[in-house]
This record gives sequence, C-alpha cells and structure tokens, in this order.
Amino acid sequence: MNGLTPFLRAMGAVVWKDLRAEWRSREVISAMLVFALLVILIFNFALDLQPNVRAGISAGVLWVTLAFAGTLGLNRSMAVEKDRGCLDGLLLAPVDRAAIYLGKAFANFLFMLLVAVIVLPLYGILYNTNMLMPGLLVVVLLGSEGYVAVGTLLASMAVQARTRDILLPILLFPVAVPVVVSAVKATGGFLAGWSWEEIQPWFTLLVVYDVIFTSVAFMVFDSVVEE
Amino acid sequence: MTALIVVRALVKRFGAKVVLRQLNFEVQKGEFVALLGPNGAGKTTFLRILASLARPSMGEVRVAGFRLPQEAAAVRRRLGVVSHQPLLYGDLSAEENLRFYGRMYAVERLENRIQEVLDLVGLVARRRDLVRTFSRGMQQRLAIGRAILHDPDVLLLDEPHTGLDQDACDMLDGVLRQIASQGRTVVMTSHDLARVEDLASRFDVLTGGRITASRPAADLPRDGLLAFYRQALDDQRMNQRAVQ
Repeated sequence: MNGLTPFLRAMGAVVWKDLRAEWRSREVISAMLVFALLVILIFNFALDLQPNVRAGISAGVLWVTLAFAGTLGLNRSMAVEKDRGCLDGLLLAPVDRAAIYLGKAFANFLFMLLVAVIVLPLYGILYNTNMLMPGLLVVVLLGSEGYVAVGTLLASMAVQARTRDILLPILLFPVAVPVVVSAVKATGGFLAGWSWEEIQPWFTLLVVYDVIFTSVAFMVFDSVVEE
Repeated sequence: MTALIVVRALVKRFGAKVVLRQLNFEVQKGEFVALLGPNGAGKTTFLRILASLARPSMGEVRVAGFRLPQEAAAVRRRLGVVSHQPLLYGDLSAEENLRFYGRMYAVERLENRIQEVLDLVGLVARRRDLVRTFSRGMQQRLAIGRAILHDPDVLLLDEPHTGLDQDACDMLDGVLRQIASQGRTVVMTSHDLARVEDLASRFDVLTGGRITASRPAADLPRDGLLAFYRQALDDQRMNQRAVQ
C-alpha cells in the first residue's frame, strides 16, 4: 500500500497536468474533434447507405473515425512533452515510470472518450442509427482503452524520431488491427441486433486485447523511453 | 570532504562512436564545478549520464553515494537538472508548473515551497501567468526554480546561459550565486568563460572524451581562465598528434 500511494500520486499529477494544459490550449481535443466531424461528414456524403448494409458500414466508419482522430490526439499529446524537453523533466522525477505511462494513457483515454461522446449522437443523427445502446457504449469504452493503451506506448517511442507524425500511424495501425477489427465487429453486431452469443467472441477478444496490451505497455514503457 | 559525485573510467558509446573515454571525475560537497570544452566534447552526454537520462556503456558512476544506473530513482531524488530546454509546460502557469513537479517529487509543504522558490527566482509577480508568455530569461529562471524545488543536493546545469541576453544572464548569475551560497553542489557546462569565471570554485576541461585539465578557481590568476582553457586545449591537441 505504501508503494501504491506515490505511484497513484505521480499518475494523478500527470493526468491533472495533461487535463489542465488541455483545458487552456484545447489543442488535442479540437484537432481530434474537427478531424472526426470532417470524416463523418465526408463518409456521409460519399456513401449512399442502404438500411440493410448500414449496420456493418456504420461500425466501420465509426471506428475509422475514432482511430484516426485518436492517432492525431496521441501524436499531439506526446509532442507537447517533447517540444520543451518536458519528457526529460518527467523522466527525471523519482517515480515509477509506469505511473507516467498510466497517467498519459488515462489522459489520452479521457480525450478519446470526450470525442466519442460528441461524435456518437451526431453520428446517430447523420446515419439514422441508434448509437446510444449500453452494449455499444461499453464496446466504445473497451475499444478506446485498447487503442490508447498501445497508442500511448508507441507514441512515446515515435516522439523520439524526427518523422514522428508519420511514424506513429505506421507503428500503431498494424498493432491495433485486433482491437479495431473486434470493435468494428462488436459494434456492427449491436447495431444489427445480433444475439449476445454472436457478439460475445468479439467482445471477449476486445477484453483480452485490452488486458494483454495494457499489461505489456505498462511493463515495457521504462525500456521504451530509456535512451 | 565528502565526494558527492564519483566517476571512474566512464565510457559512453553511441554505436561505433566513442564519446566518453575512460573519464574520471570527482566533485566534493559544496563545490561549484564549471565543465568547459569545445562543441562535441561530450559535456551534454556526460551530464545526461549523471542525471540518469543516459546509461553508461562502461565504468562506475556514483551520485550522493548511489550507483547509476542501478539506483537511478534514489539519484533522481537528490538531483536538480537545468538543460538548454526549460522542461516547462507552456500552457501551465509558473506556479502550476512548480505544483506539478512538486507532486512528482512529493515535496512537503508544497505551497510554501512554491512561494519560496518563486521568491528566489524573482517571479512572484508572474506566478499566475502562463509560461508560454515568459521571455527566455524568465523561463530559464523558472527552470532553475523547478530544479531546486525539491531541495536537491546536486544541481546539474547544461549551458544555462544559452540564448539569454546580457540582462537575463546577469539575473541568472545572481540566482546561481544565491544557490551556490546555500552550500549546494553544482556542476555546470558552459562555453562562456567570462560568465563562469566569477561563479565556479573549480574549472574542469573536457576534451576528447576525457577531463584533461582541472584547476581550483583559487589557483588561477585574475582573468586567467581563458589562458588555462587554451592551454588545456593545446595540450590535448599535442597529445592527440603524439598518439597518431
């Protein structure tokens, strides 16, 4: 318990710092939100969605939107740390570096959820689909968590490179394929009114992905940020 | 005297390139050491190793009795670091930056300590202003405030005068003198001999990946630092030619 308190304090400090800075600048959220809304609008005009194919395609469009917007947010969130050497400032602190990782990941998760909270109702209106089902919302939570868990780790790796903006999607998308595929399938299942037995394998895959990748990222973050 | 920093036979390689070669270095408690050397001599790399931000390839490094990199967390607790970059968040105010770092270092009586530090670096009036509105000199003073917030035994400064105008340098020197007068151990890299001449209690020259000359300030004649530095560089060049 004694070791947990400094860990949680450090993690809380990182979350507080990220939320506070974002409240002032609105750099991450505004970039993610504008991008997400543009993607939704473009798909809305580009795809003439028939009711019988809507569920499958809507799920894909939703997750492409969230994944791309999430990548923008992850890039920006780590770029802020690199720009003024703040990453060194974080690494110099006498705390478990896993606390820094979890703090950054949790803040990124909140940013992604905020975008989802705004995007989902709008999405429902434009695509004439009910997006506010409890099961679907849980899928959005789990999918975002998995994406952000691995994305925060890879963003902290990519930020060291000059080509960080290009590097992150190249690293992240192949690794995030399982979470995106299972999130698309589970979301599509809820939208199409599948039974729980049909959705469950994708749901389980999401949970397993989240547990494995969050644990791996938690364990290897120290090595990734080490010179 | 107690040695707070002990470095023995330190080697640092980046791939095939050897940056530090069997470097030996020792700093006693309360000393203010100016680490001089040409560009690319390895000063920043050396400071990053002392700060636990880079790993030594070989050799022994101890700070405040703790070994690096094995006991890095204990070393970090006793270190304050100021680099070329301020390590401050532009979208947080001065006191929010200090509050954040204070939480990371578990500083006790944090609000009082923030007040003390802002007072020391002369930024009380700007405490609620965002750091991105600060001049480079003010950012550097706040960076020093951040570095001493947790009352470290050792302060590492990597060319803190870089990019500052004359007035900002004078202000920074005033802060550094005050910090040194509190008995802190300071290691500072610099190119600006005129600036460090009045600040440091010892001058070490790092060239070719080694400390090639070391002299206490008390043993140098007035305005003798430039001559000492040039002599150290000339000796190093001659040694290199002899080896070749």
